[in-house]
Amino acid sequence: MDGHSPAADQWSVAGRRFDSRLIVGTGKYVDLPTTAAAIAASGAQIVTVAVRRVNLSDRNAPMLQDFVSPADYTYLPNTAGCFTAEDAVRTLRLAREAGGWNLVKLEVLGPAPTLYPDMPATFEAAKALIADGFDVMVYCADDPIAAKRLEEMGCVAIMPLGAPIGSGLGVQNPLMIQQIIEAAQVPVLVDAGVGTATDAAFAMELGCDAVLVNSAIAHAQDPVLMAAAMKAAVQAGRLAFRAGRMPRRTAANPSSPTTGLIR
Amino acid sequence: MSATIDDIRVTLNGEPHCVPYGCTLAGLITAIDLDVRKIAVERNREIVPRSTYADVTLAPGDTLEIVHFIGGG
Repeated sequence: MDGHSPAADQWSVAGRRFDSRLIVGTGKYVDLPTTAAAIAASGAQIVTVAVRRVNLSDRNAPMLQDFVSPADYTYLPNTAGCFTAEDAVRTLRLAREAGGWNLVKLEVLGPAPTLYPDMPATFEAAKALIADGFDVMVYCADDPIAAKRLEEMGCVAIMPLGAPIGSGLGVQNPLMIQQIIEAAQVPVLVDAGVGTATDAAFAMELGCDAVLVNSAIAHAQDPVLMAAAMKAAVQAGRLAFRAGRMPRRTAANPSSPTTGLIR
Repeated sequence: MSATIDDIRVTLNGEPHCVPYGCTLAGLITAIDLDVRKIAVERNREIVPRSTYADVTLAPGDTLEIVHFIGGG
């Protein structure tokens, strides 16, 4: 009954069910055809998108929706570029009107060079968005107390960073990610910091419900190949988590029988 | 866009823009050739529901933001 097929191991957020545990961003690609090809290879069902002014000087410029259709993927609008709670709320209200979805990714960042989550502003924006009927998946610090508070406020998913956005440094604080996972009643996703397939697999082995990846795919030398690698890594990490790893030992233990040896 | 006496000035995505007197939001969107299914509009910081574009007559000094989805992480 508990097969290896993803269908046997769905996850859900705010009542929506998904087979794929990989969410991908749509930014930083060289062009939209590459974006579309990489996303298809990733097997992702949810894609993050940004909200920006329409380019009025070049209205024939290709649009994301023509390459990555909202009919095929669940759009998860983000608040990238927002540094205040007010901007984040304003942006997502526009996103809801543009798309008709109320499932959103809230991120309120502090200044460069860390772009670390600004937690006081994140709390303020989360409160306003939840009151306005949004289902908020929230990008946050790897802080178990803050994560639990966001859940108690009504956020539908907790998304701590693995490492700074776009750094590709992998999960830097696995202990706290694990603490957040163990305490949470809602899905926990590592968002930001994944650099290559091992990082995604590692996050899943910690027990994350899903992983969000953008730069690691978009900035790979072959984004389509890396998207396939991430898909496999997330699946492998999830299977390993479900399987339950062997205990760690400090001494060797032979794999072959020590009896019946020829003399 | 050259102004005539019957034009009014609005701010569209941060730039000055002229529209004919009495122009509706629907008229502006048609004039600049945007697909209403892919955009959202804020007028003076208030969201304008898509179903009401034809009912909103633009006023001098209106500040409009027209946005859509682009690639992002």
